[in-house]
Amino acid sequence: MSWPLGEFPIMTMTTAIPAAAADGPPKRRRTPILQILFGDLLAAGLTVMTGALVLALLPALRWGVLDAVWSTADPGRCGAGGACWAFVAAKIRFILFGVYPADEQWRPLAVIGLVLAMVLVSLPPRHWGRRLLTGWAVAIGAMLALMWGGFAGLPFVSTANWGGLPVTLLLAILSLGLGFPVAVTLALGRRSRVPVPRFLSVLVIETIRGMPLVGLLFISSIMMPLLLPAGWSVDKLGRTLAALTIFAAAYLAEVIRGGLQGVPGGQMEAARALGIPVWKAVWHVVLPQAIQKVIPPLTNTAIVMVKNTSLVLIVGVFDMLSAARTAASDPVWPAPYAESYLFVGAVYFLICFAISLYARWLEGRVQEKDLR
Amino acid sequence: MLAALWDSPRLRAWAGQALLLFLFVGTLVWLAANTVENLAVRSIRVGFDFLARPANFPISESVVPYSPMDSFAWAYVVGIGNTLMISAMAILSATLLGLLVGLARRARHPMLSGVAGVFVTAVRNTPLIVQLLFWYALVTTALPAPRNALHPLPYIYLSQRGLYLPGIDWSGNGWGFAAGTAGILVAAAMLARRLRRQGRTAPALPAVGAAAAVLALAWITGIGAAASLPELRGFNFSGGMRLSPEFAALMVGLVLYTSVFIGEIIRGGIDAVGRGQWEAGRALGLSERQTLMRIVMPQALRVIIPPLTTQYLSTVKNSTLALAVGFPELGLVIGTVINQTGQALESIAILLAVYLTIGAAVSLLMNWCNARTALVTR
Repeated sequence: MSWPLGEFPIMTMTTAIPAAAADGPPKRRRTPILQILFGDLLAAGLTVMTGALVLALLPALRWGVLDAVWSTADPGRCGAGGACWAFVAAKIRFILFGVYPADEQWRPLAVIGLVLAMVLVSLPPRHWGRRLLTGWAVAIGAMLALMWGGFAGLPFVSTANWGGLPVTLLLAILSLGLGFPVAVTLALGRRSRVPVPRFLSVLVIETIRGMPLVGLLFISSIMMPLLLPAGWSVDKLGRTLAALTIFAAAYLAEVIRGGLQGVPGGQMEAARALGIPVWKAVWHVVLPQAIQKVIPPLTNTAIVMVKNTSLVLIVGVFDMLSAARTAASDPVWPAPYAESYLFVGAVYFLICFAISLYARWLEGRVQEKDLR
Repeated sequence: MLAALWDSPRLRAWAGQALLLFLFVGTLVWLAANTVENLAVRSIRVGFDFLARPANFPISESVVPYSPMDSFAWAYVVGIGNTLMISAMAILSATLLGLLVGLARRARHPMLSGVAGVFVTAVRNTPLIVQLLFWYALVTTALPAPRNALHPLPYIYLSQRGLYLPGIDWSGNGWGFAAGTAGILVAAAMLARRLRRQGRTAPALPAVGAAAAVLALAWITGIGAAASLPELRGFNFSGGMRLSPEFAALMVGLVLYTSVFIGEIIRGGIDAVGRGQWEAGRALGLSERQTLMRIVMPQALRVIIPPLTTQYLSTVKNSTLALAVGFPELGLVIGTVINQTGQALESIAILLAVYLTIGAAVSLLMNWCNARTALVTR
């Protein structure tokens, strides 16, 4: 195909139909499916390879679906070469609620419901505001009160007996919620013009980001009793929460710093020119814009933190993963570890995938707004 | 006078900073004082002298030789060695696999991009530790006992005890040989570079020289190699090289998990290169692959390297999750030492120092890579 030099159609993307540029957008020629799959040697090779890969996974399908035992009261019927989903069905209350007293398990269930309701309410951006924030604070207080009990006829349940999905959700929400104000402080400190806050913020952020979360969990679970005065005691769940909060704060701080860098310097100068004091300008002018800019990456951090809550297993907190592991070690059943982990993985997947879909939707909205 | 002082912005800034510093240092001092008191109450002795005592706990596998008679310090070295090995292997394999995943996601082939998309979505939305535990459960429950080991190729056995491969038994001064070889290779690389700088193209010279030097070194150190083949003796295998189930589960999990993130980084980098670059490549008559490798990739690298650095660092940190499946890397060794000796402060200080050092080293290396690929502007 040779073009006369002067008429090279730079803007058209499909060079095949140059004349179409005159009457509307060029029609995209549909390539037949067979040509896509077997058009040339490379395509054919890729098709065969992917096909072989999918075929190689068929035994997994057989194990997971065809040969699986879906419901049985007799554990002996499991373990004949298929997955034992009956085990998950039998132990679901234990995996979801841990060792929470059986008669009171409607309480953690209510907590899960409350979390879902709050998340649903928070989805549309037009609901964001001070009232929603207060709503979350009240809701979290209510969740903790429900879990603890000890009032209005609800028996007291100590955190040692909390477990399963509510612990996972509470750890994720609380670490993000408590970490956020710390993160804003750290981010502002890092952007500060004076050396001391900048140095301290960099020190804190980089030390924590340089450390594996496991190390931080070790520190909080082993060192916290040493660091605090003799009379103060924090239970295991609280110590873990402290570690997760600090960790979340360091990572959130870097995201927020990105947002702060994206706010043009003129905003601050304009606010100062109007006679607004520095701190008020930061609070009312710079921060709202910065945080709005970084909401999509913030949802990413949220996904990371939801996944990170599973690490608390290492310091012996009874979250959903530990509960599943404990359940699978029941000698009555034929060691259905793979099934338990698949189930837990599926729950995590649902949460994280939902957040990522939401993030994509939000990003699309932001782009639409930018285009307009 | 006082009002003037109060209104002076510089003075206020200084006072604020001094107060902040005072609060920070004060908190640290307070925590330290509490710790000293608590340690005294619990009569725990602080100090690194325990490092010289024998560790007395086994470490199931390691790259550097270890026995329970060795000191705690050596146990830490063993843990660091395992961490470094696991991280290096995971990073290398995950980068290769990630490149494939990233390219597959961008492929115009619908089956390929579909499979890659499902893989990426499934892996990145579940926690790594769940995946590691899953693979470990699969390896230890789904694979047959050593007696009925899977036997796909001669001298390769796959069973619950791990993967047995033919190995090499080294004899002689192995450490001296390894160190000497590394030195020779570095020298040869430097020589080759120097020759190229001078415009002389003699690529064979340094290579031949290095090969001769390594052979001479092997003779001097008395290094000897003999093939070692695995065979079933009684209930287990002997001989050969063994990859434990823990190692296998850890590698599979870590590599798959990391490759997905690397794949997305690479895909993002390629997408960031303007479409015009592809079109220009095609207009010049370059093939698709030439355009990708010669035109798009070098530009994409500039976008890829900074997030890739972060990903490598988090892979090193993620390797601590090995302790969930019982592979003895630094985290597990430290956990064991704390359990055995109660020397928590010192162990955690070591943990911090090691990870911050590794982090700094990886950052430096990747910054150097970044500087090499960066756009040269005047």
